[in-house]
Amino acid sequence: MSFLEIENLTAFYGDFQALFGINMSIEKGETVAAIGANGAGKSTFLRSITGLVQSSANKFLYDGETLTGKAAADIVGLGIAMVPEGRRLFPSLSVEENLIVGSYSQRPGNWTLERVYKMFPKLEQRRDVPGTALSGGEQQMVAIGRALMSNPDILLCDELSLGLAPIIIKDIYDAIPEIKAEGISLLIVEQDINQALAIADRVYCFQEGRISLDGKPGDLTKDQIAAAYFGR
Amino acid sequence: MIEWANTIIQGILTGGLYAMFAAGLAIIFGIMRLVNITHGDLIVLAAFVAMIVIEVTGVNPFISMIAVLPIMFVVGYFLQRGILNFTLGDDLLPPLLVTFGISIVVQNVLLEIFTADSQRLKAGTIETMSLELTEGLSIGVFPLIIFITAVAMIVCLQMLFNYTRIGRAFRATSDDATTAQLMGINHKHIFGLAMGLALVLVAIAGVLMAVRTNFDPTVGPSRLLYAFEAVIMGGLGSLWGTLIGGIILGVAQNIGAKIDPGWQILFGHIAFLIVLVFRPNGLFPRTRDD
Repeated sequence: MSFLEIENLTAFYGDFQALFGINMSIEKGETVAAIGANGAGKSTFLRSITGLVQSSANKFLYDGETLTGKAAADIVGLGIAMVPEGRRLFPSLSVEENLIVGSYSQRPGNWTLERVYKMFPKLEQRRDVPGTALSGGEQQMVAIGRALMSNPDILLCDELSLGLAPIIIKDIYDAIPEIKAEGISLLIVEQDINQALAIADRVYCFQEGRISLDGKPGDLTKDQIAAAYFGR
Repeated sequence: MIEWANTIIQGILTGGLYAMFAAGLAIIFGIMRLVNITHGDLIVLAAFVAMIVIEVTGVNPFISMIAVLPIMFVVGYFLQRGILNFTLGDDLLPPLLVTFGISIVVQNVLLEIFTADSQRLKAGTIETMSLELTEGLSIGVFPLIIFITAVAMIVCLQMLFNYTRIGRAFRATSDDATTAQLMGINHKHIFGLAMGLALVLVAIAGVLMAVRTNFDPTVGPSRLLYAFEAVIMGGLGSLWGTLIGGIILGVAQNIGAKIDPGWQILFGHIAFLIVLVFRPNGLFPRTRDD
């Protein structure tokens, strides 16, 4: 049995169906990328896993435990953390407070403030300023650090590179190997296909709420990906 | 001259009580964006709860708080989780209407049980004790205690919000309740705790008010009005601003009363309108304390 096992997952926003029968499995320590155009359902899928969007599935298991019906606040304590799209730092909290609040669920593990500061030294210098006063790249570092502070077993990252300069994106992605070295599984939603293919063990391509293609990056051709990404 | 100094000092001390009324309201709005029309009636409810505790146990009003504060905390928590959480959303109107309805219910239940008779809690000689600052200028010990309590309350709240785990959770939830859930923060529980905390402040204010002035089941709305005026003059969400708002209201009312006893309330409202005209967002506009 896989670490995260999802079978036939559907999700709705009111009457609008956003996801149609998604199947996905992620192994412990594996890095999986979800690619696809805007509105393909990638973010909704991540939000379904975190409990922010209600969903139903034939099988929705994480480490053998069902996630169906669980509240978002409880799912973090099980070891699933998310770096949300747009960072979503808390404006009234300083950088350090944003990081500390990430450990609210008090899940035991190796991630501490010191460890996050070692990974992103820029943040330590600016620990007392409001999180939202930082540059976009630094804010993304805080968002990643904040998620790691919950000591997750699986980290969901929604559009890490969105709106950032290439050099900053490199800084952000340079941190991924250290996270992987901890045995953390990663599910990365990314519009930057090359970035996703470079880092992932497996790739799922979303199209209009369905998975149109999946496989190992080396096994997929550019044409296959283009067809799955943009449609026929 | 000394009479005017006296008027202003008494006004400042009265402002402490208004700031206490307002602090709970500021917290409820700051964290939940909920305009609580029941606030004044809950102050009166706390006073009646204290009256029952005192009748049953025979303790003085200050000691009665040992029971009244936890009771009001529980009332607040379940009021929020049982009713008010269901009214929260993008629209400010549902909580406004629901708390307005609860206000009517609380008033009428209190009238039914306690009648419209005016009540007062008796705290003994401390009510009439005074300190002479200079010749002809003295201040009441009890109003001074109320003012010091108001300042201490705000200091404690600031420390709670800035330096504790639950305080950070309050602020994070206030900023973004959805993202707060991704941190493991149950926003519904946090809202319940915030209302419980607000009602603890309400309980302190209610008991002190009941010792200082007469009360009956219908005085809630005017207390709500004073609380609103203090909060809005101070700037929504700023606790120290709330104290300043309360002081302005208290001083204006005392100046009005000094000129003509019938002008006491009017002068408070005029001060409020003046502040609103020149500083529509209040004197210290912030959406939250940080």
